[in-house]
Amino acid sequence: MLDKTTGIAKAACYVRQTLRLMVGVPPYSTYVTHMKNTHPDQPVMSYQEFFRERQEARYGGNGKVTRCC
Amino acid sequence: MSHLFNKLGWFALAATGAFAFAFIALHLGESIGAIWIVVATVCVYTIAYRFYSQFISRRVLRVDPIRMTPAYKFNDGLDYVPTNKYVLFGHHFAAIAGAGPLVGPILAAQMGYMPGMLWLLAGVVFAGAVQDFIVLFISTRRDGRSLGDLIKSELGQVPGMIALFGTFFIMLILLAVLALIVVKALAESPWGTFTVAATIPIALFMGVYARFIRPGAIGEVSMVGFALLMMSIVAGQYVQEIPALAALFTLTGEQLTWLLIAYGFIASVLPIWLLLAPRDYLSTFLKIGTIVGLAIGVIFISPELKMPAFTQFVDGSGPVWSGSLFPFLFITIACGAVSGFHSLISSGTTPKMIRNESDARFIGYGAMLMESFVAIMALVAASTIEPGVYFAMNSPAAIIGSTAESATQAISQWGFYVTPEMITQTARDVGEHTIISRTGGAPTLAVGMAQILSDVVGGRSMMAFWYHFAILFEALFILTAVDAGTRAGRFMLQDLLGTFIPSMKRTDSIVASLIATAICVAGWGYFLYQGVIDPLGGINTLWPLFGIANQMLAGIALILCTCVLFKMKRDRFAWVTIVPATWVIVCTLTAAWQKIFDANPRIGFLAHANTYKEALADGTLLAPAKSLGQMQQVIFNDYVNTSLTCLFMLVLLSMLVFGVRTVLRARGAGGPTAKEAPFELLPAEAAPGT
Repeated sequence: MLDKTTGIAKAACYVRQTLRLMVGVPPYSTYVTHMKNTHPDQPVMSYQEFFRERQEARYGGNGKVTRCC
Repeated sequence: MSHLFNKLGWFALAATGAFAFAFIALHLGESIGAIWIVVATVCVYTIAYRFYSQFISRRVLRVDPIRMTPAYKFNDGLDYVPTNKYVLFGHHFAAIAGAGPLVGPILAAQMGYMPGMLWLLAGVVFAGAVQDFIVLFISTRRDGRSLGDLIKSELGQVPGMIALFGTFFIMLILLAVLALIVVKALAESPWGTFTVAATIPIALFMGVYARFIRPGAIGEVSMVGFALLMMSIVAGQYVQEIPALAALFTLTGEQLTWLLIAYGFIASVLPIWLLLAPRDYLSTFLKIGTIVGLAIGVIFISPELKMPAFTQFVDGSGPVWSGSLFPFLFITIACGAVSGFHSLISSGTTPKMIRNESDARFIGYGAMLMESFVAIMALVAASTIEPGVYFAMNSPAAIIGSTAESATQAISQWGFYVTPEMITQTARDVGEHTIISRTGGAPTLAVGMAQILSDVVGGRSMMAFWYHFAILFEALFILTAVDAGTRAGRFMLQDLLGTFIPSMKRTDSIVASLIATAICVAGWGYFLYQGVIDPLGGINTLWPLFGIANQMLAGIALILCTCVLFKMKRDRFAWVTIVPATWVIVCTLTAAWQKIFDANPRIGFLAHANTYKEALADGTLLAPAKSLGQMQQVIFNDYVNTSLTCLFMLVLLSMLVFGVRTVLRARGAGGPTAKEAPFELLPAEAAPGT
């Protein structure tokens, strides 16, 4: 029973992650873990800063084409 | 033992597919259920994925599961993030699927469902999915670099610049044709215009909400936005019924064109978080949801295909678009079979997030198969409409007139059964004043979808809702593309112009950005306006131009793939990309040649210009021109289209020359000359299966 609910929770988590990545936002927790592990000396962006940075990267330009016809 | 079962399983699948094809072939003269098409296509996709993509992965590319990927090498938690392959598949699919695979097959249905279906299957298996997969692989091995960069490093600086230049013009044509689809769908339709206009304040509200009230709450803000969208569809019906409001939202094609041009300019200079980002959330989620809904409808309802397998219009005399099956079918259906645009996505964000090279097969080849399936569903949706009604919706007014009676008369002469009542009843069912000459594909898809979806939810009384839902869904992501495309075009232009005028390169300069944006908007706005006033419906001119441009880019991408295979010393397997490259190049060049030089003024730009010139010499006026000045304008437009088509041919031919040169050099070299990132070992935690 427990297995089943954790299975569903895991699947829901993946669905959520997929939908967020579709609009260009990777998991914030992965970013934080990455910064703590590899760059402990550097400041970590807050979620709000992270979100804005990602928006800017997806739509901000430099000629990147992020979608098709 | 399990090996035997495995073989038996694949044999059974192949037999099922063959049976479905045999069933379709034996029932060519009668209507069949869509489920047969679905079974046949899914079998083809599965077998192609299992065998052909595995062959490409293992033997042709020799994908290396222990080789370093950009996601680990440059891991920053932002652009470069090792991502689960199913999650990344979703990301990649959402980026490649758009209006293209939905519109092309609908236009192609004028030749019957069979030519479109066969090209979608053969094209995706041997060309489209191969291109997407190999470009993704190439980019992954080269630190996730973009198509332009890849061409520069593998073929040389000049071909890189040429490709960039070509891409900019594709962008202009793409935006013009997409905007034309919206104009055609919304003209004289207060319900549709109101709901699409309502998306602007809804998106602005969402933008402020996700910026200041609940920063970054994408899911929450999208739910709120979705609820508001549904309310706007319902409200649209009341707008249509109140005369004063209906008059306000009843706009002609020309009025809508100017509004769209103004919108494109304003939207692309506003801050991204205000309008573009929230609109993108809505359109992305709505797109995925609608595709899933349509798949459920097609599979469970299995609507009957009323369009014949072949119509007499395979000879090129069709009213929707002109030109014979070869080469025009192969440029009319681009996305869904092979789309050059995908090479920009496959060398965009996806290669930066791929965990392991071996995932490239599932993501690159697999996502393209899925897009092809979306195109098949669009073809099914168009084919479920009574053929007489389909032609009433898709033929220009210059051919069938503008009343139900004149349309019935013209279409009956072609041998399709239709009555004026059928046409007016369909219009009533979907809550519109008229459905005659609603060209562009979107309204046809909307009628098809409304029929299928109303069978699932709501019945006939919900048809008008589903019709406007489908129109909204298409308009929403087209407007997002117009906004994002204008921005992307502006940066491309600044980059290109910057080579000659250094001050134009400064993207932080307001003047430089405004000038570049204005040039972009004027560029696509020009083609859009030309399409809207065209009595043959505009699609007849613009869609082939778009198809030629898109397949030109596919040709370029496949040339790149071929060069890389030779540089990797995989000469034996280079046919994998040479065959599709040759086909795409032959189709594109033939179509471009006919678009310029064909003697039929419905096909050839020069012949069309001559008709107007002769009339001008006689002092007579030809529609749509109402003055001698406008006659001059039509002739001028024809020359612009001719020049643009010439340009596409030249770009493709020069890339071919550079490609052949690269291949000859690679064959002369003693060892591999591909410019891959040096080999590094992938961290142990990234091994496949983890």
